Amino acid sequence: MSQSVPDLSASGAGTAAEAGPPLIRMQGVGKTYGAIRALEGINLSVGAGEITCVLGDNGAGKSTLIKIMAGLHQHTEGTMEVDGQEVHFGSPREALDRGIATVYQDLAVVSLMEVWRNFFLGSEKRKRFGPFNALDTNAMRRTAREELSKMGIDLADINQPIGTLSGGQRQCVAIARAVYFGARVLILDEPTAALGVKQSGVVLKYTARARDAGLGVVFITHNPHHAYLVGDHFIVLKRGRMNLDAHRSDISLEDLTQEMAGGDELDTLSHELQRSGAASADVVHQIELAEQRAHGATAHDPKELNT
Amino acid sequence: MTQSLQATQAPSAPARPQPRRKPLTSSLLARPEVGALAAAVLIFILFLVVAPPFRSLGALSTVLYDSSTIGIMAVGVALLMIGGEFDLSAGVAVIAAALTASMFSYQLGINLWVGALVALALALLVGFINGYLVVKTGIPSFLITLSTFFMLQGLNLGITKLLTGTVSTQSIAQMDGFSSLQAVFNTTFSVGGVSVRITVLWWLLFVALATWLLLKTRVGNWIFAVGGNQDSARAVGVPVTKVKIGLFMGVGFLAWFYGMHRLYAFSTVQSGEGVGNEFLYIIAAVVGGCLLTGGYGSAIGAAIGAFIFGMTRQGIVYAGWDPNWYRFFLGAMLLLATLLNLYVKRLSSRR
Repeated sequence: MSQSVPDLSASGAGTAAEAGPPLIRMQGVGKTYGAIRALEGINLSVGAGEITCVLGDNGAGKSTLIKIMAGLHQHTEGTMEVDGQEVHFGSPREALDRGIATVYQDLAVVSLMEVWRNFFLGSEKRKRFGPFNALDTNAMRRTAREELSKMGIDLADINQPIGTLSGGQRQCVAIARAVYFGARVLILDEPTAALGVKQSGVVLKYTARARDAGLGVVFITHNPHHAYLVGDHFIVLKRGRMNLDAHRSDISLEDLTQEMAGGDELDTLSHELQRSGAASADVVHQIELAEQRAHGATAHDPKELNT
Repeated sequence: MTQSLQATQAPSAPARPQPRRKPLTSSLLARPEVGALAAAVLIFILFLVVAPPFRSLGALSTVLYDSSTIGIMAVGVALLMIGGEFDLSAGVAVIAAALTASMFSYQLGINLWVGALVALALALLVGFINGYLVVKTGIPSFLITLSTFFMLQGLNLGITKLLTGTVSTQSIAQMDGFSSLQAVFNTTFSVGGVSVRITVLWWLLFVALATWLLLKTRVGNWIFAVGGNQDSARAVGVPVTKVKIGLFMGVGFLAWFYGMHRLYAFSTVQSGEGVGNEFLYIIAAVVGGCLLTGGYGSAIGAAIGAFIFGMTRQGIVYAGWDPNWYRFFLGAMLLLATLLNLYVKRLSSRR
């Protein structure tokens, strides 16, 4: 496992196409809210050990799509299958029970609660205490610390409110939590949207680690650069429809960015592409560079975050 | 491989020196009641100095009793507040329960235990309606419970007038079950020469139970979560609706309990009472460190908050001051506590 750690990109492009049905398979999925059509004709499949990136601008239908997978909304047309069985989730709990965990951008954690309480929220460990079931607080503290360090997150104090962690660390705790609770599909809703370059790098690293642990990852983002660093498969949504559906080997970062942005913004695009276009071959290197840049640019950042 | 490992580990390295600063922040955050405890000690010392009668054990007993009359309700209100909601109807719900218990048994001439159970059902129902409306409509609990506050107040006055022709209920002291109910809700016994009202014991028991619930049970974890971030809680599978309705019903239960105490302490109930007490409960919870916005606080803090008010209300009398100053004090404590809570909230929501 440690061998695959440094390699952020998909190690083998063929890992996805293994035997058995995909973890999630959507065919012709659509969603209407009354007269408004939010999503239409979505076909996608999520395989184990594979990162599927869903890209799209604001309002393209990304959140509607993941909310259907996460059980917060129900699709109104098409079929969704989990392990080859058709499903209609009535609640997030049902999705969780099928091994589909979602880490939301803004509501990943309860910031006033301790890290370990957040880690086990909704799936608390308990032990018999006379006639009652009490929380097994010691075991939860210990497990949370172990699981986080397994993911490479080393916290000074597992009892600190999670709100005192940086945004990237919080995302990582949420990812570690999903992995620990046996998620087979991890849906990440814009995990890097609110983060700086350095912290984005950390989150992308854990995303790759979850993938290496054999999870199917659905990575929602509007940033093609982040998507291309880790993605195996790319889907671009535009106004609720699939605009692009391509495997990593069939598309370059430039094409992906162009698909995302549309023709009228090509001028600004070409500028951006010059800076990061060629780096896809060695993504780790690129992250390192980005981190160094971040260190230089915002050297005072960590202190500000933690005092 | 090792190179990239080191490189990727690097970002977490600058975070290492932070433990030096962490303990202050987190220990302060870990104990919501710290501010209230400090205030309680100061106020206790103040009254020991300025009010000689305050120094007797008898005075302490009086203070504890007065504190318990606020404290029992403050436990439920604090849990509800940690769960992110208010209950402005808590004050009149106490009287509604007492009136129901009294009048139901009196009018039908049946055992008082029956009236007590009917009142319990009513108090729980009021809590359920409050909770259900808040959760299902998404309207702030301030508005929902403000409505039930006025409705209950009107019902208390109107139905009492209708049934008794006056503003208070008839005495139930001669009815079946009075003595056994009084033993539960209003007895006094002596501990080492000091008389202790039973409400003090009930109060301490409820505080202990609530503390255990909050810190050591799954439900407690959920209470913090629904108050801290309802959507996050729902997304990880916490039954938000049940938790919130349960909290409102908890306030209902305690309103019944305290209502029973008032009924069996005086054997009649004034139908217009209870108005304004809801603020005492809320203030006790906030002074005790509960965040008005939810997600943070403790039952012990609310108990200390209640104790501060019991102490002050009696202390001012013992000191021979004008009791009107108590009101000013109430407001000043609330303001201080709110400022302290704001500071806590900033510390913990820092990004």
